[in-house]
Amino acid sequence: MTDAPRRTALDATHRALGATMTDFAGWDMPLRYSSERDEHVAVRTRAGLFDLSHMGEITVTGPQAADLLDYALVGNIGGVKTGRARYTMICEAEGGILDDLIVYRLADQEYMVVANASNAQVVLDALTARAGGFDAAIRDDRDAYALLAVQGPESPAILKALTDADLDGLKYYAGLPGTVAGVEALIARTGYTGEDGFELFVRPADAVALWEALTEAGKDAGLVPCGLSCRDTLRLEAGMPLYGHELTTATTPFDAGLGRVVKFEKTSNGGDFVGRDALAAAAGRAETQPPRKLVGLVAGGRRVPRAGYPVVTADGTVIGEVTSGAPSPTLGKPIAIAYVDAAYATPGTEGVCVDIRGSHEPYEVTALPFYKRQK
Amino acid sequence: MSNPQQLRYSKEHEWLSGAEEGVSTVGITEHAANALGDVVYVQLPEVGATVAAGETCGELESTKSVSDLYSPVDGEITEINEDVVNDPSLVNSAPFEGGWLFKVKISGEPGELLSADEYAAFITG
Repeated sequence: MTDAPRRTALDATHRALGATMTDFAGWDMPLRYSSERDEHVAVRTRAGLFDLSHMGEITVTGPQAADLLDYALVGNIGGVKTGRARYTMICEAEGGILDDLIVYRLADQEYMVVANASNAQVVLDALTARAGGFDAAIRDDRDAYALLAVQGPESPAILKALTDADLDGLKYYAGLPGTVAGVEALIARTGYTGEDGFELFVRPADAVALWEALTEAGKDAGLVPCGLSCRDTLRLEAGMPLYGHELTTATTPFDAGLGRVVKFEKTSNGGDFVGRDALAAAAGRAETQPPRKLVGLVAGGRRVPRAGYPVVTADGTVIGEVTSGAPSPTLGKPIAIAYVDAAYATPGTEGVCVDIRGSHEPYEVTALPFYKRQK
Repeated sequence: MSNPQQLRYSKEHEWLSGAEEGVSTVGITEHAANALGDVVYVQLPEVGATVAAGETCGELESTKSVSDLYSPVDGEITEINEDVVNDPSLVNSAPFEGGWLFKVKISGEPGELLSADEYAAFITG
């Protein structure tokens, strides 16, 4: 990509806060404001404020909006009630994952699809290509929204100070329109941190005012601005996959251990959807002869496994590959997600190592997630 | 951020103290520590090892990346900072003090080293 990176509506705010910025999927985004470890701990114990305006929003409307999404995506989107959201995926006809998505049903005939920044164009193009014959309209709303997230155990209290919306009635994976600090927002109880929290979709022109109001309201609760670096360690501890790491076009949802998102029983389109046959075969394979499985690895030592590092046995035989790795602030040791041969995927399997720049460091195979919040 | 005047600096962002009986202390600068982010693992050369100016002698691992550690001078390692091995965050919290990395007995003329002012100009340049 040769274009200058895009900047969010909060760019000047990030710079005034002294953020270290980084290029992410063509956007200039805050990596961290101070210490990523402190930001991570703040989200686990208090609250953190994120700018996620790089995420790609696509609005789908019309009498057959649900039918189109049921055909284009692997989930049962017509079964999502208005005001609720669903984690789902869009796959190739061959079954490979094009992106993982959250779809909000905003009204009977209106959905908002939220794609990863790096895949927003791919998703837009695929939806458009798959829309033929459906009475539905697809609107590119990437520039229509800024997205702020408040995550952490204090986030409900912080948000309650700024809105009359019924937050107690707002379930996990639900979204409702409301007003926060005088700003019109879609208030969603979603996130990518493993904590309770909210994502607020607002007009870009309102983003700075909302950021400042949240900062003020969260001051006593210990809310801090948080960058993409701690977002990655938070989602890794929570065992959540990241596109380009755990999920790729070379992977089906079943290979990634996420076969539950694929719904073969759909009411619309006679049950047909893009990727159906390939995914049915992948489901059978995953059941009877899985190639590799996604597992957690926990280090005994301090060396950090990185994406792409080989998983090996003690004698150096390659049995897998690390897809994400980082020091876990919560566990106090390095953790990783990796694809490993099924024979080594059982938690507690002995003799699994990661080749860290030539040194075979022992790792404990564990189930995901590494961290689950107490409810 | 300020770079102590009495130190000399390499373009690989190490600092080197004035030699005491031919032994200098080496660390990385605050600028480098900030760029790395939270340091979580340091691998230092062994005491007695011979190091060469500009060559890799260890590694610094932060949350996001791994960086090679270079020696700013030729010499022999006389001491490593065990505190920083046990608590790598010292590199971030006190890069010019408790976060020093190793002591080296300089065996030859150091290569190109910068004064504090020259280094400040180099990193803003």
